[in-house]
Amino acid sequence: MSMQTVGRPTRPEAVAADASAASLSGGHGLQQDEPLIFELGGWEKTGVDLPAPDADASDLGDLARTTPIGLPGLSEPETVRHYVRLSQKNHAIDLALYPLGSCTMKHNPRLNEKVARLAGFADLHPLQPVSTTQGALELMDRLAHWLKTLTGLPAVALPPKAGAHGELCGLLAIRAAHEAAGHGHRRQVLVPSSAHGTNPATAAFVGYSVTEIAQTADGRVDLADLAAKLGPEVAAIMVTNPNTCGLFERDIIEIARLTHQAGAYFYCDGANFNAIVGRVRPGDLGVDAMHINLHKTFSTPHGGGGPGAGPVVMSQALAPFAPAPWVTHGPDGLSLTEEAVGEAVQAFGRMCAFHGQMGMFVRAYAYMRSHGADGLRQVAEDAVLNANYVKARLSGEMSAAFPDGPCMHEALFDDAWLEGTGVTTLDFAKAMIDEGFHPMTMYFPLVVHGAMLIEPTETESKAELDRFCEALLQLARAAKAGEAERFKAAPRLAPLRRLDETLAARKPRLTWRPDAPTVAPTPLAAE
Amino acid sequence: MRYLPLTPADRAEMLAVIEAPDIDALFKDVPAAARAKDLFDLPLHAGELEVERELSALAGRNRAAGAGPFFCGAGAYRHHVPATVDHIIQRSEFLTSYTPYQPEIAQGTLQVLFEFQTQVAALTGLEVANASMYDGSTACAEAVMMAQRVTRREKAILSGGLHPHYAATTQTIAHAEGMEIVRLPAAVDAEAAVLDVLDAETACVVVQTPNVFGVATDVTRIAEAAHAAGALLIVVTTEAVSFGLLKSPGEMGADIAVAEGQSIGNSLNFGGPYVGLFAAREKLLRQMPGRLCGETVDAEGRRGFVLTLSTREQHIRREKATSNICTNSGLCALAFSIHLSLLGEAGLRQLAELNHARARELKTALTAVPGLEVLTPRFFNEIAVRLPRPAAEVVEACLADGVVAGVPFSRLNPAGGMDEVLLIAATETTTIQDIAALARALTRSLGR
Repeated sequence: MSMQTVGRPTRPEAVAADASAASLSGGHGLQQDEPLIFELGGWEKTGVDLPAPDADASDLGDLARTTPIGLPGLSEPETVRHYVRLSQKNHAIDLALYPLGSCTMKHNPRLNEKVARLAGFADLHPLQPVSTTQGALELMDRLAHWLKTLTGLPAVALPPKAGAHGELCGLLAIRAAHEAAGHGHRRQVLVPSSAHGTNPATAAFVGYSVTEIAQTADGRVDLADLAAKLGPEVAAIMVTNPNTCGLFERDIIEIARLTHQAGAYFYCDGANFNAIVGRVRPGDLGVDAMHINLHKTFSTPHGGGGPGAGPVVMSQALAPFAPAPWVTHGPDGLSLTEEAVGEAVQAFGRMCAFHGQMGMFVRAYAYMRSHGADGLRQVAEDAVLNANYVKARLSGEMSAAFPDGPCMHEALFDDAWLEGTGVTTLDFAKAMIDEGFHPMTMYFPLVVHGAMLIEPTETESKAELDRFCEALLQLARAAKAGEAERFKAAPRLAPLRRLDETLAARKPRLTWRPDAPTVAPTPLAAE
Repeated sequence: MRYLPLTPADRAEMLAVIEAPDIDALFKDVPAAARAKDLFDLPLHAGELEVERELSALAGRNRAAGAGPFFCGAGAYRHHVPATVDHIIQRSEFLTSYTPYQPEIAQGTLQVLFEFQTQVAALTGLEVANASMYDGSTACAEAVMMAQRVTRREKAILSGGLHPHYAATTQTIAHAEGMEIVRLPAAVDAEAAVLDVLDAETACVVVQTPNVFGVATDVTRIAEAAHAAGALLIVVTTEAVSFGLLKSPGEMGADIAVAEGQSIGNSLNFGGPYVGLFAAREKLLRQMPGRLCGETVDAEGRRGFVLTLSTREQHIRREKATSNICTNSGLCALAFSIHLSLLGEAGLRQLAELNHARARELKTALTAVPGLEVLTPRFFNEIAVRLPRPAAEVVEACLADGVVAGVPFSRLNPAGGMDEVLLIAATETTTIQDIAALARALTRSLGR
C-alpha cells in the first residue's frame, strides 16, 4: 500500500525568506520547553499503583509526620515526557565527539549495561551470606587480577567510589605506612602546578600541607625543583602521568628514584591511564599507588557526573595498609575480610559502607574482557594516534602549547593564536556548540594561558575527527578574520544562550519555592 | 575489535599527516625500560556472546534477592523500582553525558539536579540540599567535617545506633583531619546517651533514625541539648522511604541531614553505586561540600540552571576547598528523582505505610517464634531480634530452607559483642507468605 498523495503538494513551495520567523506559540519545533515537576505535578497525583496497607501506622504515635512533604507527583506518561524532553537538552557522547580533555569521553558499550543489570548482580544485597554471593566475589577477584596485571602492582583496594575518593584512599595508606614506620612527622605533599584540583584538595583533606613543584618549559616536572623540595618532611609526591598537559613525564623513573631516596612515596594520579594501558605498567615506573578511574579508562558511563569508581593499585610496601573490605580465598571458596582485625590489623579503616561500586566493576570487567590484552593495547595506541592527528591538523591555525614532540592521548593548545582577535578561549568554546560539538576542557591546566585541552579518545572514527577538525579550523579562521561578534554571541543554536553564572552565585536559588518570583509558568496551586 | 573505528588504512594515513614513521614514535617519551614489547598475560579480545556467557555464569552463581524470601536491610533495601526509571536513565543523553560544565548544552542534567535538590530538601525538612554525594556513609563523614568547619571545634559524638560502616567511614576521615571521634558502644535504643558526653568542645552529635537496629527516635530533645552546647545535630537516615511516614530531620531540629538514597529508584547492586543525600540549614550553605545547582537566566532572560558556588570546590579552591569531592552520583540521583516524581507525595506516603505495615506483620510473626526476643520497640520497616544462638549460624541454617533471614549484627561489627542480634527488614516486596516462611525457618533452626 502506498500513501495517497493525489491532491496534496509533494514538493516544498517557494516562500519568502522571512517566512521562517518565530512560531506563534513560542515553540521551537521538536525542542520542547519543559517546566519543573513542581509546576507540572499534583500533590495528590501519582504514577504508581500500590495496594492499600494491611495495617495502619497508629503505633508510631508522635514519631509520625504531621506536615506535608511538598512532593509533586506525575502520572507515568507525564513522567516519561518530562524526562525525555529534558534529556534532549543535553549533549552526549552518543551524539557527537565530546572532546573534554582529562575526562575521557569515549563510547560506552551497551553490553556492559546489559550484564550489570543481570539479577545476579543488580539484585544482590551487600550483606547477604557470602555463600550466596560467590559469583560476585569471583568477579571482584577477576577485576582485581586484571587491574594488577595491567599496572604491574601487587595489590588493589576496590572500595573507592571515584577518582578523588581513590586519591584519598592512596594518601591515607601512605599516611598509615609512614605512621607505622615512625615517620608520622612527614606531612608535606609535593604537587606539580599543573595538577588536577583534587590532588591538593585531597592532601589538605588528610591534614597534609601542599607545596607546588615547578614545571619546565616543555611541560614536565622540573627535576631540580623537585630534588630541592624533597626533604625529610615530605610524605609523598602526587604526579599525574601522562600529565595534564597530555605529555608523558620522560624523567618518571628518575622522579620515582629521587622520591624513594628521600623516604617519600610516589602517588600517581591515574586519570590518564587510558593513554598507556596495555603498553606501560605504572609499577615499572616506580609508582607506589595509583587510582584508576574505571569511568575513564574502562568506559563505565559518566552519567551526567557520576557514579564513578576509583580502585587504587598499591605496591607491596603500602598493601598492608589498604582499607577493608577485600576478597580472600579460603577452603570454602571466596570470602570478604570486612574488619581491620587479625591479619588485617594494619588496614587504615574504611572508605565507605559495603564493598565499593559493584555496578561499575561489572561494566569495567566486561569492557576489559571484550578488549582483551590486545584490544587494550590498541585502545592506548588509537587514543594517542587520534590526539596527535588532531594536534597536527589544528596546528596550522591554532598554537599548540607544546609543539615539539608527540602528545599522548590529548592535545593542548594555548590562546596565543587568538591574540588581537577579541575572541577568548571561552568564546571559542561556546562557538563550538553552534557547530555541533561539545567544547574542549577550557582554562585547564592552569599553567597554560587560556588552555584548550582536547581529548578525542580512541572511539572516534577518522571521519568524525575530520569533521571536528574542519569545524574548528573554520572557526579559527573566522576569529582571525575579525568575526568576533559570532563568538561573543555564541551559542546561538543551543537550547539556551549563555547563562548568568554571577547572578546564580550572588543570589543562590538552589531549590524551587512556591513563593519565589519566576519567569516560568505559574506555580502549582494547592489542590 | 568492535569498539575501535580506525582501520589499518586510517592509521597509516593519520601517521602520515602527523609525520610519524609508526605508532611507536608517538610513545618515544616513555623510557625504553618501561615499554612493554609483548602483550600482558591476559586473555585476548572476546566477542559479545563470549563475554555475556562468562558474566551470566558469574551472575548465576549468586542468589538474587528476589529468588525467594529475603529480609536483609541494614543500610540497603530491596524495593520495587518502576520500569520507567531504568528506561529513562539509559537514555543516551543522560547516560553518556559528562558533568554539566557547559550549561547551554546540559540543561537536562541541570534541571534534574535542581529538582533533585528541591526534593531532598523537602524530604529532610531543611532549606538547602546538594546535588548528591557518593553514598550515605561518605555523606555522613562529610557532614562531620562540615560541622568542624562551622563550629571550629574538634570533637564529634557518634551514637551507638549509627550504622557501624558509617561510623568507621567517619572515623577514618575524621582521624586524618585530626578530629576527636567519640564513638559510643553499639546500643539498640540509647540515642540519648550522646548527651552524657556532650560538652562545650563538641562540634556535632550524630544520631541515626531509624537507627541500625531499626529503632525510630524523636531526636528533638537531643537537638535542643546540642544547640544549647553550641554543637550541630547531624541526623542520618539509611532508609529513605521512611521520610514518607516519619517526622523529618529538619522538623526535629537537625542542622544537617544525610541519608542513603538507594531505596528510591536504585537497585541493591551488591553495595554500590548508591546515592548520598545531603541537606542543611541555609545559613550553613557556604560550608557545604559537593556540587550545587542553582537557578539563573540566560542572555535572553530565559530561566536556566548552572552549577554554582563552585568557589567552595576543589577545582577552584584546590587545597582550601570544603571537600576533595569532584563528582556526584549523577545517574543514581536521576533514578532517585524519577522514582520520587512517579511516587509523588501521595505515593511515597502510601509506600511508606505499606513498608511499615509489612514490618508490623513481621513483628507479630517473630513474636510467636519460641526463644526469639524482639529488641526494637519503635520501628519503621526493620526489627532487631536477639536469638539464643549466634545470628550468623541461624542465618546459614535458614538458608537451607530457602530463606535469607536478615543481617547478623556481627557482620557489621564483629567486635560489638552482639553476636546473637539479627537485623530483619521487610519492604513492600515482602509478602505475607515470605513472612510465614521466615517464621517457620527460624522456629525450625532454633528448635534444633
